[in-house]
Amino acid sequence: MIVVSELTKMYGQTLAVDHISFEVGKGQIVGFLGPNGAGKSTTLKILTCYLPPTSGGATVNGFDIFHQSQQVRQNVGYLPENVPLYAEMKVREYLDFRGRLRKMDRGARRKRIDYVLERCWLKPVEHKTISHLSKGYRQRVGLADALLHNPAVLILDEPTIGLDPTQIRETRKLIKDLGGHHTVVLSTHILPEVEATCDRAIVISAGRIVAQGSPDELRASRRLTARVLVECRGPRAEVQAALLRVSGVSKVEILDGNAPSGSDGKYVTAALRAKEGCDIREEAARTVIQHGWPLREIRLEHATLEEFFVQVTADQATARV
Amino acid sequence: MTRAATIARRELTSYFYSPIAYVAMAVFLIACGFTFWDDFQPGEIAGMRNLFNWMVWLLVSIIPLLSMGLLAQEWSTGTIETLMTAPVAEMEVVIGKFLGSFGFFLVMLAPTLLYAGVLAVYANPRIDFGPIRSGYLGIVLVGALFISIGLFFSSLTRSQIVSAVATAAVLFAITIVPWWASGKMLSQTSVKIIDQTVFKRYTDFSRGIIDSGHVAFFVLATAVFLFLTTKVLESRRWK
Repeated sequence: MIVVSELTKMYGQTLAVDHISFEVGKGQIVGFLGPNGAGKSTTLKILTCYLPPTSGGATVNGFDIFHQSQQVRQNVGYLPENVPLYAEMKVREYLDFRGRLRKMDRGARRKRIDYVLERCWLKPVEHKTISHLSKGYRQRVGLADALLHNPAVLILDEPTIGLDPTQIRETRKLIKDLGGHHTVVLSTHILPEVEATCDRAIVISAGRIVAQGSPDELRASRRLTARVLVECRGPRAEVQAALLRVSGVSKVEILDGNAPSGSDGKYVTAALRAKEGCDIREEAARTVIQHGWPLREIRLEHATLEEFFVQVTADQATARV
Repeated sequence: MTRAATIARRELTSYFYSPIAYVAMAVFLIACGFTFWDDFQPGEIAGMRNLFNWMVWLLVSIIPLLSMGLLAQEWSTGTIETLMTAPVAEMEVVIGKFLGSFGFFLVMLAPTLLYAGVLAVYANPRIDFGPIRSGYLGIVLVGALFISIGLFFSSLTRSQIVSAVATAAVLFAITIVPWWASGKMLSQTSVKIIDQTVFKRYTDFSRGIIDSGHVAFFVLATAVFLFLTTKVLESRRWK
């Protein structure tokens, strides 16, 4: 459905996207994951024909983004970052304008507007002026616009940014429902978002693809850096030594930062790193109990996205050497 | 071209939500009213020549207010991105924007037709409608050119203020500067240059002269600025 080959974009002397190639199959939901400034938005802008690539090319639904830009744009629904809208228009009026721009005839337009208003929970505000809407509603108006002409491909740039937790959950559910009927490419810098909505993730950093795969594959690679936090009451050095003897543990750190003061002063928090593929929680808990140290908490802490990026980009750097 | 019409309609409607457009319209009509009142006295010539000359002066400051947001606002709010990722050609956007703004200009101009009606009722002997018709043709052509210049500057910047000031400066240079200079002792070449400016050309219309050369000048100049604006919009493709 989308084929990108050796796509490169330079802004003057700055390299924003560096020879990216990937494919997205029909009905797939693919997440573009990366820190700010990684080149996510630029890639999406090129796919929607807003910006031309410096070199390389792409096809969307079989149409070339450079030579068949009109056809590409007919097949793509796009939600830009920050959702630019005409603030003085009313929601329904805006969607009607967008439908006319896409030359949808009156009957089809009315039907589709009703459908997207329903789908994006906009019915209650259809006659409200856009400038009076909250960020969440504006985001949905943008989404409704992207869906309006029932495009084969949906390109959503940070679709959940600025939404409250309930809206984020609703929007993710909506996107997930849209997969299958539409091919969806979305960008985000939130790792759980990819896990919640996408079939596949493409991790991009400094304009290059540094990792890609299904959320399961990504999660597996993330477990490498996950750590187990154990909080118990006992002497620091002994706790550390005992936990280090647990099979599968590669490293134990005692965290001082969040040690509570007062009567709980004797509690220590140890951060355990496991060897690949090992779940050390049960063994660690048993060890603590055997020593008679009261155990207050034990939990698996997933790696943050930053750690994830540090790791993949570090791998990338060593691979290049 | 139906897309251009869609854009024009949206643009025209958006003026009616904009306080600036109302202010511009009010200033224009009040100033026209005073000018007409001044001329509409017993013993004066029953005509609108003076009013037409005044209108052009007013447009030098009013058109920039109407045109400044046309594209600058699209750039600054980012709506240009949604607009250009719809299957719309740059030329359709430019023509749509131009027609929307031109439409508002005609709406603003329409109430002044009342003055022609008033003259028709009260003038003695009967009023000569020739110069009024040619005067309106002139003002409509001037308005179209001014809007296309304003649209061009609006495409160059994200700032509405910059767009308005640049437009006003250019309109001032082609309209008011030649008027001021024509009162001075000048060389032959300077006089020839002044004859080519908007100032010299529109005065002929208000006198009742429809020179096809003048008409062609305004139509062509308007087209040139619309073309340049299209090129500016397209330029993001080769930047």
